[in-house]
Amino acid sequence: MNGYQRSDGRKGIRNVIVVTYLVECAHHVARRIVDASADMDVHLIGFPGCYPNEYSLRMMKNLCVHPNVGGVLIVSLGCEGFNRGSLHAVVAASGRPVETLVIQERGGTASTIAAGVKAVATMKAAIANVPRVSMGVEELVVATVCGGSDGTSGLTANPAVGKCFDLLVEVGSTCIFEETGELIGCEQIMADRAVTPALGEAIKACVDKAAHYYTIMGYGSFAPGNADGGLTTQEEKSMGAYAKSGDSPISGIIKPGDVPPANGLYLLDVVPDGEPRFGFPNINDNAEIAELIACGAHITLFTTGRGSVVGSAISPVIKICANPETYQRMPDDMDIDAGRILNGDATLDEVGGEIFAKIAAVASGERSVSEALGHQEFILTYKSFEPVGPACLPARAHSA
Amino acid sequence: MNQKDASPFIQLHDKDNVLPCRRKIHAGDTLVIDGKTIAAPGDIDVGHKLARTDLRPGDVVLKYGVPIGSITQATRIGEHVHTHNMKSDYIAITTRQSTGQEAKSS
Repeated sequence: MNGYQRSDGRKGIRNVIVVTYLVECAHHVARRIVDASADMDVHLIGFPGCYPNEYSLRMMKNLCVHPNVGGVLIVSLGCEGFNRGSLHAVVAASGRPVETLVIQERGGTASTIAAGVKAVATMKAAIANVPRVSMGVEELVVATVCGGSDGTSGLTANPAVGKCFDLLVEVGSTCIFEETGELIGCEQIMADRAVTPALGEAIKACVDKAAHYYTIMGYGSFAPGNADGGLTTQEEKSMGAYAKSGDSPISGIIKPGDVPPANGLYLLDVVPDGEPRFGFPNINDNAEIAELIACGAHITLFTTGRGSVVGSAISPVIKICANPETYQRMPDDMDIDAGRILNGDATLDEVGGEIFAKIAAVASGERSVSEALGHQEFILTYKSFEPVGPACLPARAHSA
Repeated sequence: MNQKDASPFIQLHDKDNVLPCRRKIHAGDTLVIDGKTIAAPGDIDVGHKLARTDLRPGDVVLKYGVPIGSITQATRIGEHVHTHNMKSDYIAITTRQSTGQEAKSS
């Protein structure tokens, strides 16, 4: 495969232009610019809030200099709290083309849309010559998430992704799994896989934090559809979700926006630090996907039993269907039919290998199903985090 | 292996006292559980669980060989094990059903 060489040394598998709005008031203008561009590789992202938030700024910066991003158009209303200058500076420093349009200074809606469409076209031409360099599977950052889980998820798609993660870690790729709220009940077995005892303790503390946070919220990370699909308790769902992580040692804990310092398997702690301030840790699956991408994920493996259809802006989503009945109902939304495992028509290892092959194909330019259907969901909301402690990244602490 | 030949449920771990279904089970279907042949007491959907043995309130439910909650109502072998007779030992879940629905089913 050939990657797009970026100035920070990372390589991208796509070369998209993101148009980002910095407050809901600029959303319509940004959307019209993207629509008018009529290009699958021009993506809309944004932040709806008017009040500034460190997490959101850091997330947005990381997303805008993601290796899959070639250029950035920032759309600001003008009076919102988001630090547009700081975002613009980070993108400019990365060597990517960037332009900021402030609606209040550009004469309003129509003239900003016109300026935006022109800016995207100019950028498109400018990034056409980004150097392509050879790229190996070991250079990929692959994330996983589950959504619309049911009783089949933990039997087929999730353990098959676990098998794929083991293959990836073995060849030297970087893998990220997440949602500590969906790992409640798995803390001890997970801690036993940590590369150091101190990291094991940090993993348990992470899950405790999630349990505390969700208890205050009054809900676990459990949707009515999970119960319709046969999952009865949070810990049952957790055991199924946990299977996505495979059997490799856990190399570290990262937080949203942290790029893993080396290859291996990482747990992304998505639950905010401190007392709950801004509501649920992640209000839907795409909030998690955006965080995984901000950590550098080139591709997200999305397992589903009930039948989620989402994709994502910036990085392709590969959909792995756990439930054979769901696959029959909505085959056009699925990349991989893992429900065959339940029927005895395929093994976990075989499907794990299929997912691995699909990752290589999508990294080489093949569109995933959700990507081809134009799914580019994105959401970013308020959160608050402390940096990870020294026990969380033993390799980095050791080399420092 | 074709699904028609295989058992409609899977045992994931020796210690487990619930068995997830690989395909829909209909009331009256013949089930062979640990050598014991019974008629399925009710319908159970794919991905849902049935009781491997008679279960009593307070029994810990084991799947994948690990605890996934506990039994709240006496459950006979072959019966559906779900939110009506089992609860989390960590954190309550929410369902879409209204309280009216819950009253109807209890």
